Amino acid sequence: MSVAMSLHQRRKRKNGVMMALCVIAAGIGLAWLALILGALVYKGLSGVSLSVFTEMTPPPGDAGGLLNAIYGSIVMTIIGIIVGTPIGVLAGTYMAEYGRFSRLTTVVRFINDILLSAPSIIVGLFVYELLVRPMGHFSAIAGAVALSILVIPVVVRTTEDMLNLVPNALREAGTAIGAPRWVVIRSVAYRAALSGIVTGILLAIARISGETAPLLFTALNNQFWSSNLNAPMASLPVTIFQFALSPYEEWQQLAWTGALIITLTVLGLSIFARSLTGRREDR
Amino acid sequence: MTAVSEAVTPSAMRTREATVRRFALTDTIFRTATRLSAILVLVLLGGVAISLITGSWQALSKFGFSFLTTESWNPVTENFGALAPIYGTVVTSAIAILIAVPIGIGIAIFLTELCPRPLRRPIGIAVELLAGIPSIIYGIWGLFVFAPFLQTTVQPFIINVFHNVPGLSSLFAGPPYGIGLLTSSLILAIMVLPFITSITKDVFDTVPAVLKESAYGIGCTTWEVTRRVTIPYTRVGIMGGVMLGLGRALGETMAVTFVIGNAHRISASLFAPGTTISATIANEFTEADGELYTSSLVSLGLILFIITFIILAIARYMLLRIDSRTGA
Repeated sequence: MSVAMSLHQRRKRKNGVMMALCVIAAGIGLAWLALILGALVYKGLSGVSLSVFTEMTPPPGDAGGLLNAIYGSIVMTIIGIIVGTPIGVLAGTYMAEYGRFSRLTTVVRFINDILLSAPSIIVGLFVYELLVRPMGHFSAIAGAVALSILVIPVVVRTTEDMLNLVPNALREAGTAIGAPRWVVIRSVAYRAALSGIVTGILLAIARISGETAPLLFTALNNQFWSSNLNAPMASLPVTIFQFALSPYEEWQQLAWTGALIITLTVLGLSIFARSLTGRREDR
Repeated sequence: MTAVSEAVTPSAMRTREATVRRFALTDTIFRTATRLSAILVLVLLGGVAISLITGSWQALSKFGFSFLTTESWNPVTENFGALAPIYGTVVTSAIAILIAVPIGIGIAIFLTELCPRPLRRPIGIAVELLAGIPSIIYGIWGLFVFAPFLQTTVQPFIINVFHNVPGLSSLFAGPPYGIGLLTSSLILAIMVLPFITSITKDVFDTVPAVLKESAYGIGCTTWEVTRRVTIPYTRVGIMGGVMLGLGRALGETMAVTFVIGNAHRISASLFAPGTTISATIANEFTEADGELYTSSLVSLGLILFIITFIILAIARYMLLRIDSRTGA
């Protein structure tokens, strides 16, 4: 009897220990998030002022802002999204609508999932070989193309997943009244999957607006205001990289402020994107 | 009535035929456009492979196989070898995975078995937000907050504890720089944690409730159910998640670039600065003068591409297997 009791107690104790470790693990995960966000707010907030959004990046040792970097980031993100989204949506459409059971779809899905997690610095090298080397100079166009290559796999994945969720009865109803296939896709399937596809695009924006590695040797950086797409352009992440590793205090402060701006933008976008699909699940 | 009589007149027939032909044409155009876009995804990957191979041709034809086994990296004498970056990449990723896997699985168990239902979604989202934070943020945080903390408190303590233990003393040899291999590993562990957690949680959810309930029914504790039922049932999926995390860790660039120290040498101590493939490319590519230097850096990229491609392909294959079993 006592042997049975001790075994029971040992099992209970082991269970207690393991479950406590799991709670601790969850605590560690949440603590890291709090630590990182806390440090960002603490170090970044003190540098937030109007001049950050109205002045150019300063020379070493001077005060200034991040206007040209913010502008460059926005321009390249927008071009990246405009180029990448249609390709991604169309490819996802093929996989979910025209070729749902074809061999091509299986292969594309596999390759797309690999592109989704592939190191972004490889994309930078690819665009360098593809555009920068033949053109002979760094340019904002090259940076935007690198970003669009990162957009495509995200949008392909969500578009395919969301179109697969659209009930076939809806498509059949469209076909039954004589609508051709592409009208059914455009007016029925896209409309039903709209919020999901938009979520994918928002997640893609969130992903590329913080990307640094693919811009390092495509768009390079620019100390000054430049709206020339054929010339090097500043971007927020690359500026943070350069300023944070510099020995100048003003630059490091600007790097922290820029880091806070990027993080708030990215987290805001991904929470907003999640809330779009979250509402869908509740319905 | 007028509509019906109009429909049978020859001219109306012709308009209808024209409409059908127009529909068929636009449908073909749209179909071709979607198909070409899907093929473009394949072309992209092929293009990446081809451009890396052509870009690295010069260095690989000069150094040959010894590129992989040479430690020296000297831009002045133009003698380049990839051993130190490969070593740094493999070591940091391996340590990161060793740390992140138990914590990630622990969080997944917490979320599926212990967490009160209303808190499940917020905590799950919070952990996934860790994945959304751009890697440069981890870098700046690691350099200015985490590394000084390690340098002043954790590393001197560990060096003191192990300085008389054979083996471990050289693994944890000083001086405490703060930055280095171990710091990079810890940052990488935080970064891959959300990937491992969310995939493990997803595959845990595929375990049929009846299996777990029968184990509970014969008196198993929560830990025993997890250890003997849930984890064996989902082993392939967990492995897939771990491989996916490994793929991420191998290719992670900016965070590591900040805290690795960028030193082209192989040291026994985990506290010593080192370098990884991606950090080397990020640090040196724009400053590389000379075709051979650039080509050597592209060769590093090619090596990284091949390694991550294999790891990610294995990960996807494993996750596909668990998908087909659950019929999802």
